[in-house]
Amino acid sequence: MLIINCPYCGPRDQSEFSNGGEAHVKRPDGSKEIGDREWGEYVFIRANPKGLFYERWVHTHGCRKWFNCVRDTSTDEILVTYKLDEKKPNLNNFKSVVKTPSGEPEVGSGNFTVEK
Amino acid sequence: MKKKYSIFSLAKNALSGHKDWPKMWRSPEPREFYDVIIIGGGGHGLGTAYYLAKEHGLKNIAVIEKGWLGGGNTGRNTTIIRSNYLWDDSAHLYEHSLKLWENLSSELNYNVMFSQRGVMNLAHNEHDIKEIKRRVSANNLNGIDSFWLSKEEIQKKVPIMNTDNLRYPVLGASYQPRGGVARHDAIAWGFAMRADEMGVDIIQNCEAHQIRTKNGTIEGVETSKGFLRANKIGVVASGHTGVLAESAGIRLPLQSKPLQALVSEPIKPIIDTVVMSSAVHAYVSQSDKGELVIGAGTDSYNSFTQRGGFNIIEDTIRAMVELYPVFGKMKMLRQWGGIVDICPDASPIISKCDIEGLFFNCGWGTGGFKATPGSANVFAHTIAKNEPHQINSAFNLDRFASGRLVDEHGAAAVAH
Repeated sequence: MLIINCPYCGPRDQSEFSNGGEAHVKRPDGSKEIGDREWGEYVFIRANPKGLFYERWVHTHGCRKWFNCVRDTSTDEILVTYKLDEKKPNLNNFKSVVKTPSGEPEVGSGNFTVEK
Repeated sequence: MKKKYSIFSLAKNALSGHKDWPKMWRSPEPREFYDVIIIGGGGHGLGTAYYLAKEHGLKNIAVIEKGWLGGGNTGRNTTIIRSNYLWDDSAHLYEHSLKLWENLSSELNYNVMFSQRGVMNLAHNEHDIKEIKRRVSANNLNGIDSFWLSKEEIQKKVPIMNTDNLRYPVLGASYQPRGGVARHDAIAWGFAMRADEMGVDIIQNCEAHQIRTKNGTIEGVETSKGFLRANKIGVVASGHTGVLAESAGIRLPLQSKPLQALVSEPIKPIIDTVVMSSAVHAYVSQSDKGELVIGAGTDSYNSFTQRGGFNIIEDTIRAMVELYPVFGKMKMLRQWGGIVDICPDASPIISKCDIEGLFFNCGWGTGGFKATPGSANVFAHTIAKNEPHQINSAFNLDRFASGRLVDEHGAAAVAH
C-alpha cells in the first residue's frame, strides 16, 4: 500500500485518496473541426506507460483537493507530488528503472523501499 | 510424433518412476522469418497458434514469450468459466468459447480438467435482483442455460453460506450449470504441445522489445534473441499490449492494473460450485487439491507491479468471512497479482489496425481466462483471413470512434 505525500496535508495513507488517472490531458479547444476519431481518442485513450507516469490523485478523505503526481508504474514508487497550478516536472529529472519496454525492473515489484 | 496420454501410458511411466515422459514441446532457436509471429505465450497466444495451424493450414508460425509458457495471467487467475453475459455480442463470444471448452480435453487428448460445477452470481439488493433477472432473460433468449435461484435454493446448494445475518443479505442468484472451472496450466500446455506437433516454434525467454513497421506495413519484431521478420504479427500480451502497441506507434484504449487472487490452505470438500458476488466483491471456488481459490479486485491506479495493494485483499477477505463465517479461521497460503489490460467498455479488442499485418487481441481485463479457446479461435480467423470472424466483428478498434461500444461494465455478472 502506498504512502502519498499530499501537497496540502503531508504524507498520508493511500486509503484516504482516490486515483484520477492520467494528468495534463487537454480537451480539444474547439479552434478547429475534428472528426469522430480524434474525439474518440480524447474520450477513450489515455497514456498507459510502464515507467514514469503523470497522474492525478484526490485526497478524498482529507482536504478533498486534487493534485498531480509522477509515479513509476513498474515499481509504484512515487517520485514527486505537486499542486495543480505548478508546472509539470520534466521526466528527465528522474531515473527510470525500466530497461526494456516490456521487461521487469531489476528491483522487482515495490521493493524500492528495501533498496534505499 | 503425436503424444498420446492414456491410463496405459500413465501405468507404463509409473513403472519407470516417471522419468521417461517425452518432452511436451521442442525449444527451437528462432528462425529469421515467419509468416505469423504471436507475441505472448499464454493461453490466448498458444491457442491462436494452434488454430492457425489446425484450421487455417499455416505452418511457419512462432509464439514468442518473455518468460515461461502460461507464466503471466494464464497462471494468475481464478479459472472461472461462464458465458452468462448480458449483451448479444458478448454472449455469442463467450458461448463460442464455452462450447469449445466442452470438447477441449478430447480434442487435445490432454486433460484440461474442465469441471462444469455451475456458477452462481449473488444478488444482495433490490437493484441486483432486477439486473440479474434481466440478464437471465437475455441469456435465455440467446440460448444460454441460466436461471434464477431463490434464497432457499442457494442455501440448499451452499449450506455454509450466511444468507441473512450480514450487512448485505443474500436475496437470490443467477445460476449457469454449464459454467465451472478448468486447470489453468493445462490449457497453455495442451495448446502448446499440439501446436508444436504441427510445427509451430514456441520460443520462451524471448522478450519482444519493439514492433518495427515500414510505410504502414509490418516488418517484424525486435526481440532479446534478435530481429525476427514476419508477414503478420498478433499481439496477445495482456497488460503489456499497450506498451508494445506504442512501439509501433499505435495508441490503444487500455489501462493496465494489477488484479489479485489468493488461495487458502487445502481443506476437505466444502463448496462444490463457484459463487461470485459483485456487490460485496468476493468470489470463491474450491480447487481439486482442496484449496479455496478466492478472487479479489483491481487496484484503482495503473501499475505493472505484479502484486497489488493490500487494501484490496483486505476488502475481499472481509466480504468472504461475512459471507462464509466458517472460513474465518483459515490461513491463506499464497497471494498474487496479474497485470490486466482494461478497456473503457470492459470488452475485449480482437481486431486489425491501421498497420497492415498487425493484429491485437487484448483488453480482456479481469475476465479473459474463460474466453481462452474462443478468443484464440476467432483471432486465428482474423489473422488468417485479414478480416474478423462474425463473432468478433463487434470487438474492433473502430468502436471507439463510432461509439458502438459493447458496454459490459455494469452488465457483466461481476463488476470490477
